[in-house]
Amino acid sequence: MKLKTTLAGALLATSVLAAPGIQAADYAIDTKGAHASINFRVSHLGYSWLEGRFNDFSGQFSYDEANPNASAVEVEIQTASVDSNHAERDKHLRSGDFLDVDTYPKASFKSTGYSADSGVLSGELTLHGVTKPVEIQVTKIGQGDDPWGGYRAGFSGTTEFQMKDFGITKNLGPASETVYMELHVEGIRQ
Amino acid sequence: MSLPLKNTRSTYGLASISLHWIMALTIIGLYLLGLYIDTLDYYDPNYRTFPHWHKSIGIILLGFYVFRLAWNLINPHPEPLPQPPMAQLATKVVHKLMYLLIILVLVSGYLISTADGRAISVFSWFEIPAIPAILERQEDTAGFLHYWLATGLISLAGLHALAALKHHFINKDQTLNRMLGKAQSTQE
Repeated sequence: MKLKTTLAGALLATSVLAAPGIQAADYAIDTKGAHASINFRVSHLGYSWLEGRFNDFSGQFSYDEANPNASAVEVEIQTASVDSNHAERDKHLRSGDFLDVDTYPKASFKSTGYSADSGVLSGELTLHGVTKPVEIQVTKIGQGDDPWGGYRAGFSGTTEFQMKDFGITKNLGPASETVYMELHVEGIRQ
Repeated sequence: MSLPLKNTRSTYGLASISLHWIMALTIIGLYLLGLYIDTLDYYDPNYRTFPHWHKSIGIILLGFYVFRLAWNLINPHPEPLPQPPMAQLATKVVHKLMYLLIILVLVSGYLISTADGRAISVFSWFEIPAIPAILERQEDTAGFLHYWLATGLISLAGLHALAALKHHFINKDQTLNRMLGKAQSTQE
């Protein structure tokens, strides 16, 4: 207990000391306050959209207005937290037909580059045990002081991929092969 | 010689016999239907109707189950036919265990479908409301239990059927005849 406290103190001191030296500010995604969401939609029969989300994830990003191209993001998703507002469907989505959450409990995204001009965040998405490059179209929503003494920045992003590219081969029909992701993240500056 | 509705000390009445066979056929049917549902493709015409029937019949089975327990309570239990003490004990354990498994399978099935607060519609005739979820990822846990408890129940029912056939063909006693309403009266 004592050791832990000392260690935490030392880490805190280091980060405080180091902070001014770092160009980009580090932000923790506010999943605790649920000011972030990972949503997906898949066409249902080609007639409408089925929307769902992952409720349990965590991540951080670094962003510096002066040097946006140096931005980086990392997110880890607990796949079992999939929620399409229908228990029996969620059970099916967690099964071996889709996410296979017992074998692949985590999905993750790690950025590899960002272009402020195009707003494209490149990175690697690991899903269902398969890692593939994806591009996320990012829009900055806003940033500034929050009412509780902190500083926040928020972004939205969209991307899409084919389920079969990640080894999810269950056939839902020709209209339903693509997953469209819509991401909203609000970060609290650390 | 017509069969009485109620049980006597020596044999089962028409009600108990009917309940036994109706529930036996229903349970076997539900198990096979359940296994079949699991193989259905998303585009199968029965993808939505068969689960609806499976749940509806399950709820109705629950009604029969409750009625059967009540009926057992207000009826005499026919005297066990003579058999060795160990076989007597095994018979009793298997019977009790089947009653226990039936209710557990029904409850676990209910907990899958109602995990998100949705009611179960019984043949679009009436609805059984959901209770608030009691487990995290309740549909997964309940689904696992539903399958294995049902498989356990069907296995026990198989053992029960084999035992009945043994009594009939090897011991040549009245065990099976009693449940078929064909037991020869040895008294009165």
